[in-house]
Amino acid sequence: MVAVSSWGRLSKRQHEVVALSDRDHVIQQLKSSRSGIAHGMGRSYGDVCLNPDGVLWNTTGLDRFISFDESTGLLACEAGVLLRDIQRLVMPQGWTLPVTPGTQLVTVGGAIANDVHGKNHHVLGSFGDHVQRIKLIRTNGAATECGPDLLPDWFSATVGGLGLTGVITEAEIQLRRVPGPWLATETVPYGNLDEFFRLADDSEADWEHTVSWVDCISGEVGRGIFMRGNPAHVDHRPEPKNRKLTMPLVPPISLVNRLSLRPFNMAYFNLKKRQAGSGIAHYESFFYPLDNLLEWNRMYGPKGFFQYQSVVPREVGREAVRAMLGEIARSGEGSFLAVLKTFGNRQAVGMMSFPQLGVTLALDFPNQGERTLKLFERLDAIVREARGRIYPAKDARMPRDLFESGYPRLKEFIQYRDPGISSAFSRRLMEN
Amino acid sequence: MTDNKKKIVIAGATSAIAEHCARLWVSEAAVDLTLIGRNSDRTERVAADLRVRSPQSVFRILEADFIDPLAIRQLVDGIVAEGSVDIVLIAHGSLPDQAVCQQDLTACHEALTVNGISPVLFAEAFAGHMQKANRGTLAMIGSVAGDRGRKSNYVYGAAKGLVTRYAQGLQHRLANTGVKVVLIKPGPTDTPMTAHLKQQGARLASVENVAQLIVKGITQGKPVVYVPAKWALIMMVIRHLPRFVFNKLEI
Ligand SMILES: Cc1cc2nc3c(=O)[nH]c(=O)nc-3n(C[C@H](O)[C@H](O)[C@H](O)COP(=O)(O)OP(=O)(O)OC[C@H]3O[C@@H](n4cnc5c(N)ncnc54)[C@H](O)[C@@H]3O)c2cc1C
Ligand SMILES: NC(=O)c1ccc[n+]([C@@H]2O[C@H](COP(=O)([O-])OP(=O)(O)OC[C@H]3O[C@@H](n4cnc5c(N)ncnc54)[C@H](OP(=O)(O)O)[C@@H]3O)[C@@H](O)[C@H]2O)c1
Repeated sequence: MVAVSSWGRLSKRQHEVVALSDRDHVIQQLKSSRSGIAHGMGRSYGDVCLNPDGVLWNTTGLDRFISFDESTGLLACEAGVLLRDIQRLVMPQGWTLPVTPGTQLVTVGGAIANDVHGKNHHVLGSFGDHVQRIKLIRTNGAATECGPDLLPDWFSATVGGLGLTGVITEAEIQLRRVPGPWLATETVPYGNLDEFFRLADDSEADWEHTVSWVDCISGEVGRGIFMRGNPAHVDHRPEPKNRKLTMPLVPPISLVNRLSLRPFNMAYFNLKKRQAGSGIAHYESFFYPLDNLLEWNRMYGPKGFFQYQSVVPREVGREAVRAMLGEIARSGEGSFLAVLKTFGNRQAVGMMSFPQLGVTLALDFPNQGERTLKLFERLDAIVREARGRIYPAKDARMPRDLFESGYPRLKEFIQYRDPGISSAFSRRLMEN
Repeated sequence: MTDNKKKIVIAGATSAIAEHCARLWVSEAAVDLTLIGRNSDRTERVAADLRVRSPQSVFRILEADFIDPLAIRQLVDGIVAEGSVDIVLIAHGSLPDQAVCQQDLTACHEALTVNGISPVLFAEAFAGHMQKANRGTLAMIGSVAGDRGRKSNYVYGAAKGLVTRYAQGLQHRLANTGVKVVLIKPGPTDTPMTAHLKQQGARLASVENVAQLIVKGITQGKPVVYVPAKWALIMMVIRHLPRFVFNKLEI
């Protein structure tokens, strides 16, 4: 047994970790295993990738590419391949992953199972939109291939299926062309939420990537920094050297706290405001700003941290976001990792996919116990009333009614579950 | 066309450590790589991955009997007939259950063969050719376990000790030639071989990191490479512990 935490470091419970490394051997391994759940890089914040006292099937050894057609951009690989390794392989050949989350240190299997989104949702949807084939192994030994045109119901259950329909061993992904590793960017400060929404709407047509940092201490005003970018052709620019730092230890208390939050946010806002304007950014620093600070999740101290990420429909978005920011500012909690962005009008392929038309707010909160949980209840009320939903990849505590109302296809999804698979998340929110 | 490509041969090409070395080699430049494995399906999977990483490289897959001396001789003669090699990496091995080896002499025999005799036969088959060509680097993966016998794994340790002594002799023999012999001694590393140790919570080095150090050691042609380097110090202490202290250790 080994102690395993997810990214939020909220728990450190014992797991029996079974390493998967030979894709043809996975059937045997699953058949002879107790109930378990697939575990990729454990970059989910909460408990979708955990199964205390039970089995974790660690997929990071399934890290082989299978084929890549440089003329069509179709990539086949094992499910434990990291998005980083794909990007580094294909970028020099003029290809890229169409959708990528804010860290590239995640596996293909994890990206599918949470149907992750990036900054370009309004243009290219979520990760699952670009998956052409999935090979899924069930604990009874059955191997299934599915895709948008092959057993589409299984495909739809598995994309965003939180690992509960089987273990993905292989996937085919359609990459897309890019002119190179650079993006032309623009940074625009906004003074309030109205300005944010105006910027977001104005950017939809001409900008592929949009995201914003919101200053959570500004409360209902909602000031922040809007960032947008487009892939760009840039000649003769040396790629940046990779300098990595590691958070060397877990500080005894969270470095993010009431004392540090206000001055940090002020300084950050003012710095970015001065840097406003156009620029050129390398894709790694544009998409994955935190990946060079290894183990940054330690900064929240020994009690770990939560992320609260919701999406609320566009019609009520402004009011709901305003209300949430108000609650957060009044509570004095929060952190400088706060993201506000709009999602476009695209139907996700997964029954349980998170992204939907609207606006999403994501914030980290150091775990202050009851106080933090109480704040979340107030935020839940706002999300509930707005008919929004919470992102399972980030969740460790959402109430059941909110899960059920947020994911209306839950009942349909449950029919596709593998009875030999169970996670802390599924036990918390779906009986077993 | 393949003339200017570095010619590399890996025995035990499906080993996780070897596979990661190969990934590093193909990422540096296109190479001419011969992968030897006991099962061609598994070896082909490794080759497919490398082909994606380096479409310009040339790959050859050979299925082999790792035990039969004549088959090894034939296989190696065949490889060398196509041109002298730059790097040979002999990587195969398997960590046996010591308790089983104590009970079951067949298991004991197998462990000694695959970890000791087989790698030596491969090395010996290449050594003559490389000496004649007066060039190339011959690298063998031994283990820190070969540095001193201990109760928890001395059958494996004895086989790795055989590799150590063999490499030493070969280094002596080839000292005044253009051929370099590199003995690699990894510490516990996170690979399928140690999956059961990991489950018990053992601290293991990452295979990417270990492979990086091995590739560097091979490039430098160092006679002995401990990976990670701290194991040189740890093993020096362990080798020199007086017996009365050593015998008290539960290792
Ligand atoms: C800094 C940071 C930024 C992030 N930014 C974003 C973002 O912008 N957008 C976004 O959507 N997410 C984001 N995330 C969340 C992250 O992308 C997801 O949690 C992702 O799914 C993690 O992948 P993983 O490989 O670590 O999987 P894990 O966290 O280990 O597992 C995630 C889920 O996938 C399942 N799973 C994993 N592998 C398999 C498999 N082979 N077969 C079946 N199921 C499997 C697991 O069972 C689990 O349910 C971010 C996370 C971090 C730490
Ligand atoms: N991992 C460690 O902690 C560690 C520490 C010190 C030294 N080493 C040494 O490093 C080398 C590589 O090991 P690894 O960690 O990469 O392990 P691995 O991934 O388990 O690879 C083992 C390799 O040995 C082959 N092999 C096993 N038994 C064989 C047999 N009977 N006949 C022929 N081939 C056989 C395997 O082939 P198949 O794929 O066909 O099974 C595979 O190629 C080994 O020599 C090992 O002793 C490892």
